Parts: sequence; structure tokens; C-alpha cells
Amino acid sequence: MSLQGTVSPQLDRAVATASVATAPTAPARVATRGRGRSLGPRLRAVALAVVVPLGLLLLWDVLVRWTGTRLVPLPSGVAVMMWDFAFGGIYDDAYSGSLPIHFWKSVQRVYGGFFCAALVGIPLGLMIGRIPLLRAMLDPTLSLLRPIPVTAWLPLSMIFFGLGPKSAVFLVFLGAFYPILLNTVFGVKSVDARLFEAAGMLGCRGPQLFRAVVLPAALPSIFNGLRLGASFAWILIVVGEMTGVPEGLGAVIMDGRTLSRTDLVITGMIIIGVTGFVSDRLLVLLSNYFLRWSPQHHA
Amino acid sequence: MLDPTASRGAAPVILEVRDLGKVYDASNGPVEALRGANLTVRKGEFICLLGASGCGKSTLLRIVAGFEQATQGSVAVYGCEVDGPGPDRGMVFQDYALFPWLTVEQNIGFGPSHRRIAPKEVAKLTEKFMAMVGLTAFADRYPHQLSGGMKQRVAIARVLANDADILLMDEPFGALDALTRSALQEELIELWRTTKLTVIFVTHSVEEAVLLADRVVVMTAGPGRIDCEVEVDLPRPRDVASVEFNALRRDVTRRLTSHIGGSRPVAATADS
Repeated sequence: MSLQGTVSPQLDRAVATASVATAPTAPARVATRGRGRSLGPRLRAVALAVVVPLGLLLLWDVLVRWTGTRLVPLPSGVAVMMWDFAFGGIYDDAYSGSLPIHFWKSVQRVYGGFFCAALVGIPLGLMIGRIPLLRAMLDPTLSLLRPIPVTAWLPLSMIFFGLGPKSAVFLVFLGAFYPILLNTVFGVKSVDARLFEAAGMLGCRGPQLFRAVVLPAALPSIFNGLRLGASFAWILIVVGEMTGVPEGLGAVIMDGRTLSRTDLVITGMIIIGVTGFVSDRLLVLLSNYFLRWSPQHHA
Repeated sequence: MLDPTASRGAAPVILEVRDLGKVYDASNGPVEALRGANLTVRKGEFICLLGASGCGKSTLLRIVAGFEQATQGSVAVYGCEVDGPGPDRGMVFQDYALFPWLTVEQNIGFGPSHRRIAPKEVAKLTEKFMAMVGLTAFADRYPHQLSGGMKQRVAIARVLANDADILLMDEPFGALDALTRSALQEELIELWRTTKLTVIFVTHSVEEAVLLADRVVVMTAGPGRIDCEVEVDLPRPRDVASVEFNALRRDVTRRLTSHIGGSRPVAATADS
């Protein structure tokens, strides 16, 4: 799908009319949401959310016991591993108490790549969405590069950046870049044309429009892109850390595989899952703050 | 067409529309939305452009606003030709077009804050016009928290705060319920009297036009053009139940519908 094709004018109009149509009902929703959410419903939400993970744990436990496999550890075995990984004192091997250093290295690389992607993707997306000449020049190239899986870049990135963390950051950057860029372009192109007219008749024109209209109006889409980008960044860290770095959660998972330490592999997976979840919640909090003017975009 | 009353006749010409035409290139061939429109507006006048859909009234307004280019003729404000939107001509849209990420206060202050005006002055201006439309208590609300009538008040205050000479209004009360509409009509007349603005108001309601305007410009479709102008000399505040009002309303309605009846269906041009 090309950038050109991401938004059809009809869809554009449909979105615009839909938002107009839903506007009158919005105040009522605001009153019930956001503020004053009491403890009861919140507990209920938490309870509902943990039912499935607990069920999966139980299923895992039952299946391992039932099949008698030695390839997959019991949940309790992984819990012990996780404790040892975090605090040490149980196995006292190379991985005991090493969670902080692996975690910190991975977080640095994920957010390094992610912030670079946002730093390049958002301004570039704003300009591609707004300047037809730039779009005509860059759209075909970007559409050509986009279908190439990030993992396919692995050999080249190792040649460019050598064995080590730089290569991992580059892969994370590539993975986070496209969702951020494409969502920003989409956001800019779906800005209601009326808003540009309104800004124009109020005397706001040229480069001023970027800060006054384009950026805030595209912000909901930009946050969508950031959330997608952040999740891709966590997905790609494992691939990125296959490039021969000694530390990092991805490296730990790869080591676990070569050493046949499945408990270590699952520990790494769970930590990445939880961290990705927490980082997504942080982005949602940020998004709710910056989009407090838009009840539709509250997550 | 020439205004005989001394007070308005003496006022300078603020807007001059000469032989204005607009042809759209639609996918199924060119569509003529407006042909040969001439209009002279004096400072402080309240003009209503009245007509059915497809008569080019919105097109005419949007060309005056500078949002669209005419394919023929010219528009001049104080003798200077219009080429694009500008702060001298403020537009109030039917769908409000407020900036949803700005509060009431910030929306009203948008124009001044994008010119090199000290923040203190901007705040003072904003406060003044927020009070003028009665929204001081809602300063920190976002547009989605306002009713339609309140949104339109913000939109009007936003243009007033920007110190526009001409207030262009494109069916501004079309999306409002009848009660809110008549309240806003009254407020608008009050604002117009106190600020001495020039207003060009597009509507398809004969009653609204006769209620508000000094002069009703009747437009017809296929292609859109100005049919005639009707002076409304009724004293204000106008009484919609009075005999004079209704006689005038009937007269305008007759002029408006005399073309629709026989010749051809209302052309589907890009009026809205």
C-alpha cells in the first residue's frame, strides 16, 4: 500500500462527518468517563483482565504434567528461574541476579531506536503529508522499502554497524520508523480542510500552520503510530540482539536456546511482554494527557 | 439597487464584486456554479445571500473569503483585489470549524496570538469578546464539551477578536435547533449594532433573510447567479408576526420560487 493510497477522499469525508455526527453525544460520555471512576469498576476491570493469563498458566501446568515432557518447564520452575534471574541466590550461575544489566541494556536500545524513529518519522511524516512535491519524491521509494522485512536487513546492518549494539538499535529504528511515519502522514492527510480555512482567515499561514494546525490535528494518529512503533521496537529487540551482543534480554533468550535452558527463554519472554505492556500504558497515559480535548481518542 | 437612505448611502464601499464567475472541473465535465455576479456592499451593511441549494451563494461567499479562486471577474475589499484568505474577512462556518484541541479561550485568542501581539493584549482581547458572547464561564472548556449554539458563539467571537472588517457567515445557524437559532439571530443583530461590522450572511431561509438583512440578494440556480436585490426597510427589532414583515416575506418568496417552478430542476452544483 502506498502512502498515496492510505487515505481515500471518501474515507476522509466519512471520518469527518462521523466525528461531526458523534460530537453532540460526546459531553455525556465525558461526564461518565475520565473523572471519578470509582474503585468497584476498576477492581472488576483488573479481575476480568487476569482471568485469561491465570487460565493459561493453569493450562500450561496441566499440559506439562499430563504429557510428562522434559523440554518445557513447569510454571513454578520458571518462577524460580525468574527469581534467580532477578535476585540470584538459587542457581548461582552466569545468569543469577543479572536481570538489571540485561534489562537496562535492552531498554536503552529499544528506546534509543524508538526515539530516533520518532525524531525522524514525525517531522518527515508531517512534511510528506503536507507538501505534495516531497510526497511525489519520497512516496515511491518508501513504498518500495517498506515491504522488506526488518529481519532481512540483519546481514546488511551487521556490515554497516558491525557486531554489536549499534546494529540492534538500527533494526529497532527500522521497525518503529514505518508505523510512525505512515500514521503521521495519514493523520496529516485526514485533517479537516475547514481547519486550514479557519486558520487562513484568522491570518495564520505558511510555516505557522505546522505548529498551529497540522501537528495538533494529526496528534491522534501520531500517537497511534507511536504505540505501534513501540510494540514493534520490543518485537525487534530480540532479532537485534541476535547480532552478537553479550547483554540484553534478546541475547539472554538466544543463549537460553543454545543452552537448552527453556526456563531462561520463557523468563526472557515474560519480562519482554511485561515491559512492553508497561511502556504501552505509559504511552497511553501520555496520549490521554495530550489528547484530553478528544474524547474519542481516550484509551 | 442604489441605496437611497442617506446614512448608509454615505458609507464607503467596503466590498466590490464584479462580474464574478466560477466553473468547477467535475469528473463529468465542467459545472458552472456562478455566473456574472455583481454586488456592492457598503460599510456597516447587513447583506443576506438567499437561495436554494446550487444557486452559488456559498461559492460566492467562499470566493469573497479567498478560499476559492474565481474563474472570471474580481473581488475587491476597500479597492484591493482579494487573492486568498485574510484576517480582514472573517468566516463563520456552518460546522463551526473550531480547533478541537484549543479551549474556548484559546480558540477566541487564536487570531491575535498568531500576530505579533503581546500575550497580555491577547488575553485582554480574548476576555472582552468572550464576555461579549457570554462564554466567560466556559473559558476552559474544549469544543466537544459545548452545545452547537455555544460553539457558534465561539466561532463568532473568534472572528470579532481578530478584528475583521467583514463577517462572512455560511448558513451559520443551519445546524441549530429553532430556539437556539432565534436566540443567536438576536445576539448577532445586537453584536452587529454594537460593533458596526459589515455582515454577509448566506441562508436558504426567507424568514431568516428578511429578519436579519438590510438588503436581501436573491440568487437562483442553473447556473448560479444573482436574480435581484430587495431592500428591507423594516424597523428593528423586527416582528415576524407583523403584516409588513409577512408581505415582504411573501414578496421575496415569490421572487425566489418563480424560477424554480417551471424551467428546470435545481442543478446539483457544488454549492455546499
